[in-house]
Amino acid sequence: MSNPIEILVIDDEAQMRKLLDITLQSNDYSVKEATTAKEGIIMAANHPPDLIILDIGLPDDSGHSVLKKLREWYTNPIIILSVQSSEEDIIKALDNGANDYLTKPFRTGELLARLRSALRSSIIEENNAVLNFNGLQIDLSARTVKKNNETIKLTATEYTLLSALAKNEGKVLTHHYLLREVWGPGFINQSQYLRVFVAQLRKKIENDANRPEYILTESGIGYRFVCKE
Amino acid sequence: MTELFINKISKPKQFLYGLLLVCTISAVCYVLSNYIGYRVVAFILLLTVSLIAMFFDILPVLATALLSALIWDFFFIPPHYTLRVDSTEDYILLLMYFVIALVNAVLTYKIRQIEKVAMQKEEKANTVKLYNTLLNSLSHELRTPISAIIGATDNLENNNGKLSEANKKELISEIAKASFRLNQQVENLLNMSRLESGFIQPKKDWCDIIELVYEVVKRVEENNVTQNITININPAIPLVKLDKGMLEQVIYNLLNNAVYYTEPDRKIDIVALCHVDILQIIIEDNGKGFPPEELDNVFGKFYRLKNSKTGGTGLGLSIVKGFTEAMGGSVHLQNISTGGARFTINLPVETSHLKTMKNE
Repeated sequence: MSNPIEILVIDDEAQMRKLLDITLQSNDYSVKEATTAKEGIIMAANHPPDLIILDIGLPDDSGHSVLKKLREWYTNPIIILSVQSSEEDIIKALDNGANDYLTKPFRTGELLARLRSALRSSIIEENNAVLNFNGLQIDLSARTVKKNNETIKLTATEYTLLSALAKNEGKVLTHHYLLREVWGPGFINQSQYLRVFVAQLRKKIENDANRPEYILTESGIGYRFVCKE
Repeated sequence: MTELFINKISKPKQFLYGLLLVCTISAVCYVLSNYIGYRVVAFILLLTVSLIAMFFDILPVLATALLSALIWDFFFIPPHYTLRVDSTEDYILLLMYFVIALVNAVLTYKIRQIEKVAMQKEEKANTVKLYNTLLNSLSHELRTPISAIIGATDNLENNNGKLSEANKKELISEIAKASFRLNQQVENLLNMSRLESGFIQPKKDWCDIIELVYEVVKRVEENNVTQNITININPAIPLVKLDKGMLEQVIYNLLNNAVYYTEPDRKIDIVALCHVDILQIIIEDNGKGFPPEELDNVFGKFYRLKNSKTGGTGLGLSIVKGFTEAMGGSVHLQNISTGGARFTINLPVETSHLKTMKNE
């Protein structure tokens, strides 16, 4: 493996760093570690990694401010680690430019999947007229959606919502983000619209709307479009 | 019981009620004064004061005692409408009346003080007992998975050469299971302390109940559930505004409880209904149900049923109650006549019928 993908882990807990180190190294990523916010920023600046895993609860500076400082110049993916039941933290981080998040404790399989999807979406940028998701086809130029080669009739709003989600495959989109993108800035508190339209969309594109496989709910945070392998 | 009763009525109100009662009784006696002698009136008033002494604080009782003595003197002892007392006999009676009323008030007060101390002692003993139960169940609940993890890792570390691949896999899955159990207990404890601290504030947002229930069921079913869980919700149920995380935890704990304590082949049903602005969620199983004498206790903190199988901290259902009440709702448990238990949750919610509107 020449030029392995480089990942910088910023986490103050030795056990966590060790776990991430073993997991990532054994999956052919090259890992660097920083134990404080300050060290992390310096290391990222000296040698920008392909991806940063950032713990939101650092001792010397909050992960949020590290995230803001990094985002002033760093454009590669940043994945946030946080503890459970801190939805505000996660939403704030996502709105501040984090690409994804994981809550501790997490499964390593989940971590690797998030890494892959974050790295992929940063490599493949738009301009892909037709998005293909295992039977679900979205033609961005013709604005049509097909499932198993049959055209699905979507309303304009449903289509806008679906394309916003699908263009960010694998990435969690916050309620605010989706409401602003699809309905406009005046609607960011109208979360009931989102609930209604996601439910309608699922009825049209999912095999079983109650057990969704494409549009997944990230409880309290937003939605994530995934492509089942 | 008496204690509770007193605590509910504020002191100024005790004065008011006491004085009102004495005046009313006196008025009745005055109307009847053609039929009953004034000495009988004394006994009736004395009885009234004694009754008041049973329920009220000492100061209101003394006030009523004094007032009733004055009323008796003024309205009933001849000559009427004066505080003057002519006969020596009446004078002694009035004096005795006053002393008896006072003694009565003071004695009842003292008895109640003693009761209070005894109750405080009992409460303290209960707290100590509660803490011991907590320590026992907690140390069991936390130590078991920790021991499993330490044992398994030791084995993998020091015994690696002698272990078969199958054994290794088993040890690793034991570690995973133990960690999840630990995590769940910690989550419960954190929720409990959130409730205890009183800082818990529901964060309301619009929520699709069908989606929420299916998600929770999915989470529960990840742990190899053998019971058959069915969901019954009308697709036209409106969106409701509530704290999604809290309701998820409530349903999760109830389902987990049903899964843990009912036999493997049983059924668990979840029903959600919306009556105007009340969201009702019913979770019932066809297991054995609860022992009737323990129905009232199951929501108590750290309460475990007698003879229940090991595991569990007695926190799950108390969190259900705590969260439901924090959301302004109520939870109710009953046994079903056909066997099994039914938990009913009623939550006041804002609803939105946007969902059933035609889109665009």
